[in-house]
Amino acid sequence: MPAVSKGDGMRGLAVFISDIRNCKSKEAEVKRINKELANIRSKFKGDKALDGYSKKKYVCKLLFIFLLGHDIDFGHMEAVNLLSSNKYTEKQIGYLFISVLVNSNSDLIRLINNAIRNDLASRNPTFMNLALHCIANVGSREMAEAFVSEIPRILVAGDTMDSVKQSAALCLLRLNRTCPDLVPMGEWTARVVHLLNDQHLGVVTAATSLIATLAQKSPDDFKTSVSLAVARLSRIVTSAAIDLQDYTYYFVAAPWLSVKLLRLLQCYPPPEDAALRSRLTECLETILSKAQEPPKSKKVQHSNAKNAVLFEAITLIIHHDNEPNLLVRACNQLGQFLQHRETNLRYLALESMCTLASSEFSHEAVKTHIETVINALKTERDVSVRQRAVDLLYAMCDRSNAKQIVAEMLSYLETADYSIREEIVLKVAILAEKYAVDYTWYVDTILNLIRIAGDYVSEEVWYRVIQIVINRDDVQGYAAKTVFEALQAPACHENLVKVGGYILGEFGNLIAGDPRSSPLVQFSLLHSKFHLCSVPTRALLLSAYIKFINLFPEVKGTIQDVLRSDSQLRNADVELQQRAVEYLRLSCIASTDILATVLEEMPPFPEKESSILAKLKKKKGSSKLPDLNDARRNINGSTNHTEDTETAEKVSTHSFTDKLNVNSTPSTGASLLVDVFSDVSNTPAPNDVSEEHFLRFVCKNNGVIFENQLLQIGLKSEYRQNLGRMYVFYGNKTSTQFLSFSSSVSSNDLLQTQLNIHTKTVDPVIDGGAQVQQILNIECLSDFSDAPVLHIQFRYGGALQNIAVKLPVMLNKFFQPTEMTSQDFFQRWKQLGAPQQEVQKIFKAQHQMDSDVAKAKLLGFGVALLDGVDPNPANFVGAGIIHSKTTQVGCLIRLEPNTQAQMYRLTLRTSKDSVSQRLCELLSEQF
Amino acid sequence: MMQFMLLFSRQGKLRLQKWYVPLSDKEKKKITRELVQTVLARKPKMCSFLEWRDLKIVYKRYASLYFCCAIEDQDNELITLEIIHRYVELLDKYFGSVCELDIIFNFEKAYFILDEFLLGGEAQETSKKNVLKAIEQADLLQEDAKEAETPRSVLEEIGLT
Repeated sequence: MPAVSKGDGMRGLAVFISDIRNCKSKEAEVKRINKELANIRSKFKGDKALDGYSKKKYVCKLLFIFLLGHDIDFGHMEAVNLLSSNKYTEKQIGYLFISVLVNSNSDLIRLINNAIRNDLASRNPTFMNLALHCIANVGSREMAEAFVSEIPRILVAGDTMDSVKQSAALCLLRLNRTCPDLVPMGEWTARVVHLLNDQHLGVVTAATSLIATLAQKSPDDFKTSVSLAVARLSRIVTSAAIDLQDYTYYFVAAPWLSVKLLRLLQCYPPPEDAALRSRLTECLETILSKAQEPPKSKKVQHSNAKNAVLFEAITLIIHHDNEPNLLVRACNQLGQFLQHRETNLRYLALESMCTLASSEFSHEAVKTHIETVINALKTERDVSVRQRAVDLLYAMCDRSNAKQIVAEMLSYLETADYSIREEIVLKVAILAEKYAVDYTWYVDTILNLIRIAGDYVSEEVWYRVIQIVINRDDVQGYAAKTVFEALQAPACHENLVKVGGYILGEFGNLIAGDPRSSPLVQFSLLHSKFHLCSVPTRALLLSAYIKFINLFPEVKGTIQDVLRSDSQLRNADVELQQRAVEYLRLSCIASTDILATVLEEMPPFPEKESSILAKLKKKKGSSKLPDLNDARRNINGSTNHTEDTETAEKVSTHSFTDKLNVNSTPSTGASLLVDVFSDVSNTPAPNDVSEEHFLRFVCKNNGVIFENQLLQIGLKSEYRQNLGRMYVFYGNKTSTQFLSFSSSVSSNDLLQTQLNIHTKTVDPVIDGGAQVQQILNIECLSDFSDAPVLHIQFRYGGALQNIAVKLPVMLNKFFQPTEMTSQDFFQRWKQLGAPQQEVQKIFKAQHQMDSDVAKAKLLGFGVALLDGVDPNPANFVGAGIIHSKTTQVGCLIRLEPNTQAQMYRLTLRTSKDSVSQRLCELLSEQF
Repeated sequence: MMQFMLLFSRQGKLRLQKWYVPLSDKEKKKITRELVQTVLARKPKMCSFLEWRDLKIVYKRYASLYFCCAIEDQDNELITLEIIHRYVELLDKYFGSVCELDIIFNFEKAYFILDEFLLGGEAQETSKKNVLKAIEQADLLQEDAKEAETPRSVLEEIGLT
């Protein structure tokens, strides 16, 4: 046992800890703990009232058991008794227990809050500090509600002790993190800013942390802090180290405070006042110059503290991005660190240079270090440092050095750590695309990627290469030739087979003139890989084969034989079987002209942001989200973009068939249902409106909205600002014609003033198994909460059918996502503080609580998700604007999952109460 | 802001945990397990920083103990490294050449010292003198309180009752 005699040793506790340490096995430990738990329980329940000392001892034991990793579900009451005690020693242990084992029982919280309130009012600084520490440690909403108005008062009161001020400042900071909406701004803010002038550097340090956080939320309230912070910083950097006494750390003057002040200044643009600005520039120059001075101590603490300030200063310089001179100096300094013997400094220099590379002033200066960085990639022994080097190469890449950087990354990929391969693959793919001058280089690069790291090449990457090849006819011949050659390798990656199959299917004709790559050779080559591939790849190859039949009539027989074989026609996989059957049939009955039309070359893909870039952003969790339209489409649409489009193109007669399964045979009950339906009167009664699938469309735009034995209705919709277009697909599931088919959309009187819907008429006949499409044009005039109804009428086998479906045109469809900084977000959040603007709902989770799913739903809902705004990373914060013809309504969303309770709390703030209300109704049904 | 601090031994035993963000016990255990494993797997000369989820991990080993902090993206790694060092200095000064056993047997003291030094994930008082003064004052209060209590039986003292 250590010979510590400080404070009061609790022998019983020490004995217990020794016992535990002497346990030879996990079982013995558990046994000893259970014995102790039983003992404590009986003591707590016993008739004899326990004295303070015993209570304290047992509570400490419970704490120790908890810290060993066991669950503790009692003792809270005793701890609350302790913290209400007048004896410091008991109070302290009581508070510790409550801080570590936070409990959300509301009765308990009320008791704790009472004790805290008494201690805060006690005017005893030690008690006050304990109470403040407890609030800061627990930081729950209940505590915030109880004390958030009291703490600013303590903080700025003239007679508050320094140490209490420090605790109060950070306590308030913590509460602001948990419940930013609760912390009121008021006249106290000005007085908090003046704490930057305080005599006591500890008070200044704590206050700076608080101000830096609050300033992000409401910069205007703390504007005056800039000049005070610059003045304070200037005094620190020019002081002789000794001046600051105990705040000097290994010959560095107040490093913590300096870092915080520099951080606070990053909440603001460069000062407008010229004198202030030059004073700040002087400070930054002094900090940069000090880095060049010989060290005052050999201790690593000295250099760490000094460089901590230096790096923070460089971050501020990059943030201001307005002083080319400082930026270049910063870059040179970091350049020196790139070759420093301290791994930590090399790591940080690489990281910091990444941001410097994005400034126009320093981009060129960063590029001069390319050789050092490439060398780091090859020689660093620590993977996290190599990862930084990859990041920096990516950041410094431009047209001038792209070939070199891509080549280096490719060669590094061969030996790269598995953990970072996928990311490198994405980066190479992006750089190759972005800086490709000639696309043959691009194609080579991607094929190399697949060769070197095929397993890490995600779908996005190979979809993209196909999109590019299809969109650029100058590279198609080269691509065909190159994939053909690459496929010659005895073992090639499945991703290569996919790319190869697709490209040869489209452009194999461009190389068919060469006898070495004649159609038959191409086909045999592809087919030799067929049996080694997974189902999706085989499906893709089958599509390539049918394309071959169109491109090369001479191999038609060979391919038909393959399609006809039992392994295809009777394949256990439905998709493969269906493709084989359909393709074989198509090749037999269609004339050359029809074949040529159906199997025409793919049209160019619409140019949009690379999905790879989106993926990289997602992977890096960066604050910038991918283009939302893109993301939205990915969520609800096909996961298999190119392939779906391909199928749709090829079998254009059933463009939507595969998705809607129109081809599936109607079940035998159909005729029965027909009879039931035929009784329905001509005008559909409102209560017959189907809204079964309505809510499923809140967060997505495509899918099946209605289905019965006869008819399937699918929707595809797209929205832009206040306009929308909906494609309605009516699929006849029977083999009989639908006659007198008509469909119309109706809205109630109110909705008619809010929403304009224009319907195009449809053909009155739908053949058996066929599908027709109807287009609806939608305009949102003002916010609305009802939904229009789609009425369908047709004759099936003589009986009149009436169907009414509630159309999923909801208010949130007219969202445009808005990106904003956390500063802007909180500012707007505050502006929308009126009670009727906020709607909150707490509800039980209906589905499993998965953060990715929730994220996808929110994106589908239409808002931009803002990362790093909410202090709790488990929460979601989003923003968007609802567009209608008359107005635009800004909208902020916060969703807080509580996985323990399986509940969500959803808060919406918009400038219009009806909008808040409706959006809340829609969204709260989704989780 | 620091999100949490963990102290664990070379054998992977958790000695102290301090969380500045609300997380469920299950999540805390999961994070601890994952990080202890990651950090222990790293070699001595490696960099003290690593990216982990969307946080930055800063760690340093002192004798048999690892000190490991998680900070947010915009936080300063080097100053966090020195936060760890200052905490070690505080423990060292208080216990007099601190060792792992001191922290095991006096875990509550280690918490009290940490609370005086860091609060809500930010440095509250960086002066070594001021922190120790606060702790010693508290200890004095304890001594007073102890004297006022009645002496208890030997049996009770060794935890047999």
